[in-house]
Parts: sequence; structure tokens; C-alpha cells
Amino acid sequence: MSMPFYVSPEQLMKDRADFARKGIARGRSVVTVQYAEGILFASENPSQALHKVSEIYDRIAFAAVGRYNEFENLRIAGVRLADMRGYAYDRRDVTGRGLANAYAQTLGTIFSSGGEKPYEVELFVAEVSDSAADDQIYRLTYDGQVADEQGFAVMGGASDVVASYIEERYSEGASLESVVRLAVAALGHSSDADRVIDVDHLEVAILDRTRSQPRKFSRVSPARLSALLGERGPSTPDELAPEDTQAGGAPSDGTPDDPADPTDQASGHVAPLEDPVTGEPNGGGPATDSGPPSGQEPPVAPPPSGPTGPAL
Amino acid sequence: MNDPRLPASYLQPGVSSFSDFLAAQAPELLPNRRALPQGQAGDLAPHGTTIVAATFPGGVVMAGDRRATMGNIIAQRDIEKVFPADEYSVVGIAGAAGLAVEMVRLFQTELEHYEKIEGTTLSMDGKANRLAALIRANLGMAMQGLAVVPLFAGYDLRQGHGRIFSYDVTGGRYEEQAFFSVGSGSLFAKGSLKKLYREDLDETECATAVVQALYDAADDDSATGGPDMTRRIFPVVRVITADGGRRLHDEEVAEIADRILGGRMIRPDGPLAPLTGPSTTGDAR
Repeated sequence: MSMPFYVSPEQLMKDRADFARKGIARGRSVVTVQYAEGILFASENPSQALHKVSEIYDRIAFAAVGRYNEFENLRIAGVRLADMRGYAYDRRDVTGRGLANAYAQTLGTIFSSGGEKPYEVELFVAEVSDSAADDQIYRLTYDGQVADEQGFAVMGGASDVVASYIEERYSEGASLESVVRLAVAALGHSSDADRVIDVDHLEVAILDRTRSQPRKFSRVSPARLSALLGERGPSTPDELAPEDTQAGGAPSDGTPDDPADPTDQASGHVAPLEDPVTGEPNGGGPATDSGPPSGQEPPVAPPPSGPTGPAL
Repeated sequence: MNDPRLPASYLQPGVSSFSDFLAAQAPELLPNRRALPQGQAGDLAPHGTTIVAATFPGGVVMAGDRRATMGNIIAQRDIEKVFPADEYSVVGIAGAAGLAVEMVRLFQTELEHYEKIEGTTLSMDGKANRLAALIRANLGMAMQGLAVVPLFAGYDLRQGHGRIFSYDVTGGRYEEQAFFSVGSGSLFAKGSLKKLYREDLDETECATAVVQALYDAADDDSATGGPDMTRRIFPVVRVITADGGRRLHDEEVAEIADRILGGRMIRPDGPLAPLTGPSTTGDAR
């Protein structure tokens, strides 16, 4: 019977958080911006069918970055929750806050339970109301934290670069046209160059409080989008993002595994924690060809400071 | 149940029907899952009466009177029995009013739920079949006097014209041509439309024809309400075209009803149809 190694809770959570963060940062950004008549969502998304922004209920929309299968599951659960509540009570009793809470509980429980892989997703739940002051944007992270955002918010990809671009130019109560232009310019902005994103590669949707129907969500068609954006010059295609090519693949940041970190197994190789013959911690013993080179620290967490043996 | 997260069944992919999901999760919320004691329950609840629908080039019109009856009592004068099912379809109900309204709510949620989960709307036939399934599940209650008989109409975006579907209590689904009516006054309404309907009616003329039919139904059926001139209560009229559905404003229907009434002051039985031969000059007014 092998002895489990002690991993401090801080280290365990940090590893899980790093894992989730890596997955989220690989995708492209989603931007949400409040404007005078509602809330706008924009994302660069080459797929016309796999949406990142969707309708949940009358006044509530959902946007996500990260692993598609995971946030799609959450989206469907949200639609079911909202429709169930709206049917059992009334349409007005479906609120963004209730939905954000349900998501937060779900993500938080999964993140802190040892048995499950944390979700590599980040979500926006936005609710439009009768006046801009009462609009709500909730941001939910992989570990179930909820933040109430004001004005604008960015998640996924190089979110800090995009967010600072918007922060410099954003003003409250802007028109739809100006926020569409701002959001799309911000998505094409990076630290070294600005790109013009092709209209067909943009996914833009709005929660429009001026719509006469009870359902306020609508997608902005490419034709309407190019009219809103005006003349922008020739578009530059983006280089392929990792999320475009690895359908269902294991998340990998492309770097070799760090043998000192037993949770870094993205390449599929699991560093042996102990010598299979002696049962001792693997300190450069019979190394397999892809195993850690001899002489390195044993792949034990937490690394060096503590005793080399199992701390019990 | 200390787990605060969303139940696993909510996160399970695959089911895009809301009523199927409801049947698994909260069957007590389904309108047809109640165990009724033996006997007839038909006299316990109000009944809705006449619904009329007719197509015109480019769309379809559905209208319903505003009366609900309980035996010889008028239970409600201003009940609404024609509802939008989604943007391009409309459903009108005759039969046990409470049950029918609940069924319409389930049907509306069903269509919207599918649209949100699948990212696309059901086909016109798909919608009609879903409604048939809901009616079929109600057969037990129908046999105890709580029958719900809807009339379903909509604009088929693929075929590019309006379509009408009628149902029986067993969930049988029948596509109707040109016009149809359900409810206690439907015999009179259909007879009236036979003489008034033409294929080349425009939107307003078609709306006039169905209101005329409702007037004729109210004339001969005590359970159908005519336009209530003193209280200004007029039939609900919904029009669906390629641009989506809308309810005619009360002022628009009032104008139609006033014109009809003006004609009936002179000839109480309504417009005169020619005795022989097809007429091209007949006017719905």
C-alpha cells in the first residue's frame, strides 16, 4: 500500500486554479458593454453555429469563454432552470441574480470537490431592465466567484489588454453604433498591432430594452453589423487560436511538462511519484525515457523546503 | 439534497423538449397529470367557445370571441382565447378554459425552450405535432368532460404561406385548407365563412370575414359572445405574416365591428351571397 503524499490545500487549490486559468486564457475574448438601450456582447468567433453568446430568458443572456462542452452544458442547464421557474411561477420571477447564484454554486462545488476536474470556463450572466441604472452584469469565474460588473467587462484571451483599451475609451450612455465599434476595435487590439476583424468572424448580440417583444435578446446579423461598423478597411485574419484546432483535445499549453509539478500532465505523461520497485520517492531512480531526468528534484509537491519523505 | 449545485439532470445533454423535461423533473406541473375521481367534471369549470381562422395570400388570421360559459351562466365576458405560440404561430382554444390556458402556457414554453436549446425554431409541422402530443396526453380528462380542442395556425417560413391545423381530443392532427373553426359556434361560423371567404382577400378583408363569422356564430349559439358594443369588448384578432405575428389593436377591431354592425342594421343576416355562379364582386363587408 503506497502512502499518499501530503499536498497542502493551498497548493491543491492553486494548482486547480492554474489549470482552469490556462484553459480559459487560450480562448478568444468576449466583451460585454452597456449602452443607452441595453447591453452588447461581442466576440471573435469564426463559427456561425457554435455560439459563445446565447439567450437564456426574456431579459437574460449568457456569454462564456473556455471549453465549449462545459459552458454549453451550463447554458442548457440555465435555460432549463429559467424555463422551469418561468413556467412554475411567472415570467417576471426569472432573475439574472437567481441564475448567477445557481451557476456560482455549481462552479464552486465542482472546483472545490477533489474528484472532479474544475470547469475551464468563465461566464457572464447579464440582465437588462427598464433603465440602464438597473442593468446587471454578473461575471462568474471557474471557482464560483461572482462579481457584479459595471459599464463593461472582458473575459478570456488577453482580457487585460482588451479591457484597458475599452477603459480608455468607454463612456456611459453611448449609442449602439459607438459601442459596437468600440467593442470590435478592442477585440482586434493587441499589444503589438491592431487588426480589423472580418464581419463574418464576429459574433455580436444585444439585449435591447426597446424591443417590443418580451424577449429582448437578438443577434446582430452580419449585414446589420457591417452597417453599424461602417468602412474599416481590409480585414486581417487572425492566426489560428488553439481553440480552433483541438476539437475535444486535452488542454495543453504546448510546453513540456514540468516534472516538479505533478499536476502538470497536459501532455498525458504522468510522472511517477515513487519508484515502482522500492516504493521510495522517485529521486532519479529507474527513469523511463520520458521521465524526469535524473538529478532533478523528485516530482513531489510541495517542493523542496519540507522533508523529502512523506510528511504525515 | 445538500448539494447546492444545479441537479445533474439539468446538466444532462440531449433533451430539448420542455414537456419531456418537466415530466421527468416535476410531473405535478404538467396539466394532464392529475388523477381525477370518477364522474363528469365538465360542469365544474368555464368553457371557452368559438375560434375561427382563415388564410389569405401572405399570412393567416385567427380570431376568438370573448365569452366563457359555465352551463347557462356567462362565466367571463372578456376572456382571451387566442394566444401567440411563438413569433410565427398562434393557437386558439375551445373547451375547458383553465386547462386550455395551462396547456397553451406549456406549449409556448415548449416552443421557446426548443428554440433556445437548439438554436433554431421547430418547423411548422413539428410545432403542430408537439401540440398534438400535448392534446393526446389529455385524453383521460377529455373523457370526463374536460376536453381541450385547439386550433393552431401560423406562417410557414419554408413554404411561404399561412397554414391551419385542427385537432380532435385524441390528438389527431388535421391540416385544414383556407379556413376552419372550432368550438360550440363553429358550425355557424364555418357556414358563414363558406359564403364570405375568397382566396384573394387581403389582411383587413380576411379579418373582417372572420369577425363576420364570429358574429354569425354568436347569432345562433348562446355560448358564443358577439361584439359587446356597450362595454366595447371586441373579439381578439391575431394576424401572422412573414414579418411575424401581431394582435390587432382594439381600435382596429372596433372599426371592423362597427362597420359590420352598420351593415347588419340594414340586413341582420349579414352580407348577401349571390345565388348562382362564382362572383368576383362579392364583398366581405
